[in-house]
Amino acid sequence: MNALPKRDGYDVVVVGAGPAGLAAAATAAEAGLSTLLLDENAGAGGQVWRAITSTPVTERGQLGADYWAGAKLVEAVRASGAEIIQRATVWSLDRNLEVGVSVGGASAFVGARRVILATGALERPFPIPGWTLPGVMTAGAAQTMLKSSGLVPDGRTVIAGQGPLLWLLAAQILRLGGRIDRILDTTERRNYLAALPHAFAFMTSPYFAKGLAMIREVRAKVPVVSGVTELAAAGDGQLASVSYAAGSRRETIPVELLLLHQGVVPNVNLAMAAGIEHRWDDLQLCWSPVLDGDGNTSIAGIAIAGDGAGIGGAAVAVIRGHIAARAAVETLTPAAAAKSASLATLKASLSQAERGRAFLDTLFRPARQFRIPSGDTIVCRCEEVTATDILDAVAIGATGPNQLKAYRRTGMGPCQGRLCGLTVTELMAQARDKTPQEIGYYRLRAPVKPITLAELASVPKTEADVQAVVRG
Amino acid sequence: MFKRSDQDSRQSVHIFVDGAAIEAREGDTVSAALLVSGRDVRRATAVSGAPRLPYCMMGVCFDCLVTIDGIGNRQGCLVPVAEGMQIEIQKGKREIGR
Ligand code: FES
Repeated sequence: MNALPKRDGYDVVVVGAGPAGLAAAATAAEAGLSTLLLDENAGAGGQVWRAITSTPVTERGQLGADYWAGAKLVEAVRASGAEIIQRATVWSLDRNLEVGVSVGGASAFVGARRVILATGALERPFPIPGWTLPGVMTAGAAQTMLKSSGLVPDGRTVIAGQGPLLWLLAAQILRLGGRIDRILDTTERRNYLAALPHAFAFMTSPYFAKGLAMIREVRAKVPVVSGVTELAAAGDGQLASVSYAAGSRRETIPVELLLLHQGVVPNVNLAMAAGIEHRWDDLQLCWSPVLDGDGNTSIAGIAIAGDGAGIGGAAVAVIRGHIAARAAVETLTPAAAAKSASLATLKASLSQAERGRAFLDTLFRPARQFRIPSGDTIVCRCEEVTATDILDAVAIGATGPNQLKAYRRTGMGPCQGRLCGLTVTELMAQARDKTPQEIGYYRLRAPVKPITLAELASVPKTEADVQAVVRG
Repeated sequence: MFKRSDQDSRQSVHIFVDGAAIEAREGDTVSAALLVSGRDVRRATAVSGAPRLPYCMMGVCFDCLVTIDGIGNRQGCLVPVAEGMQIEIQKGKREIGR
C-alpha cells in the first residue's frame, strides 16, 4: 500500500480519499476503468471519516452515525479493484494530466485520461491575537486526534468560533470524557435574521434535527457565551489566557488549550497550481473553482468533486464524487455507463442533499473582525508577518498578494499560503477598496507541497527528458 | 493538555524524544504522541525562534515540523510512529545535510 504507483498511466487518477474521492474511485473502478486513488493520510476517510478503519474509539455512539456511514464506501473502494496508495503526496498536476506524486521519499509521474481532484477542505484561518501560541489549535486538529488516537483535552479548555463542526467536536469530546470549560460562540447576531429566508429549507433537511440535538447535548454540560465580538489569546511562549467581549461583558479566562473554528474553505492549492480557474465566492467568502454540472473544470480532463468544489459537506461530497466519476465513465467507456445510476438520478439526489446549505452559509458567515485582523496580529504564520506589515506594504505600493511576496514573503513559507491566503486577499481588498476578485490570490505553482531537490533529481527520466535540457 | 481515552486498546509503541523514551500507541502520529507525552515538545520557528506546537494536525500548517530519524523538517502530524523511532524537537531551521 505504500509503494509508488504500479503503472505509468491510468484511465482515472483520483486525488484524495475522503467522501468524494472514495465515491469517485469506486464508481470509476467498478465500471472497469483503471483507477488510481492517491491520499496523503495514513488511512482512507479524509477528515470527516478520518481513521475509520483504525480508530481506537470503538463505542459507536461516541463518534456518531454520520462517521460510521463512511465504512461502507471504504469497503466498496477496496472491493472495486482501484489501486489505493496512502501516504502519497501529490505535489504537481498540469494541463497534460501528468500527476507528480511522492511516496516514502521517492517521486514519480503518472499519466491519466481523467483526473478527479477531491482534495477537500481546510479550516478557515482564524487570525486573532495570539493564535500562533503553543496551546492554540484548530477544532479540526482536536477532532483529528480524537478520531485517530482517542485523545481528548484534559486541562482547562475553551472552544471558540462557530459552525456545525464546532458543536459536533464539543459533543464528541464530552462523550469521550474530555474537558471543555467554556464555548465562546462568535456567530454574528444579525446573521440569524439574514438566514431566516433560508430557514424552511434547512428545517426540512436532515441537518436540522441532528444539529439541534447536538447543541442541546453540549449546552447541558458546558457554559456557552454567545454574541462574542472580540477574541484574543495571550501568554508568554505558551497559551495562558483567553480574553473575549460579548455585549457589555468582558472577561479573561485562564486556559491551557484554545480550539478555534470558523468554518472550512476549499483546499485549492493543487487545483490552482494546475491552472484551473477559480472565482471569489461572496457567500462562502473563499475561492471556488469554476465548474460545469458534472464537476468539470476549465482544464479539459480535470474535474473537482467534494468540498474542494465549494463547501457542501460529506453527503454532498459523496454524490459529487459519483457524478464526476460517472461523467468520466460516460466518456471513456460508454458501454459500462449504461449499467450504473444515471447522471440525472445522481443530480436529483445532489439537489436534495444540498438543501439547507444556504441557511448554514448565511448563519455561519464569519464576522469581518475575525477574518480581517489589524495591528500586530500575525497573518502569515510561516514568515511571521503581521497585519500592520501588510498594510505598510500596501501603503508603499504593493497591489496584490503576488507583489506582497516581494515585500514581505507572505505565502512563501512551507504552508504555501494555505493559512494566510484568504486573509491577505481580504485585508488587501479592504485596504485598497477593491473586491477580493479584483485583488486576486497567490499564483500557486508546483510543487504544492515541499519536496527536496534530491527527490526531484532522482525521478526516473527518459532519454528525451535528458536531451530536452542538456546542451550538446 | 490531552489524555488518552480508556477504551484505547491499541498496542504500545516506544519512541525516543531527544533521547528520552516515551510510550505511544500504534496508529498515533508523531505529533499526537508528542502532544500526549506531557513533555515540553515546542519547536522553535526558523524565522524568529518563536515557540510553536502543531496547529492543524492535517498537514496544512507545518507547525509540527520535527526531525525524525535524522531527517529534518518532517510533518509530524502526517507520520505514524514506529518502534524505536528517534524524534528530535527542531529548534529553528533544518540543518544542512539532515
Ligand atoms: S500540524 Fe499542521 S501540518 Fe502538521
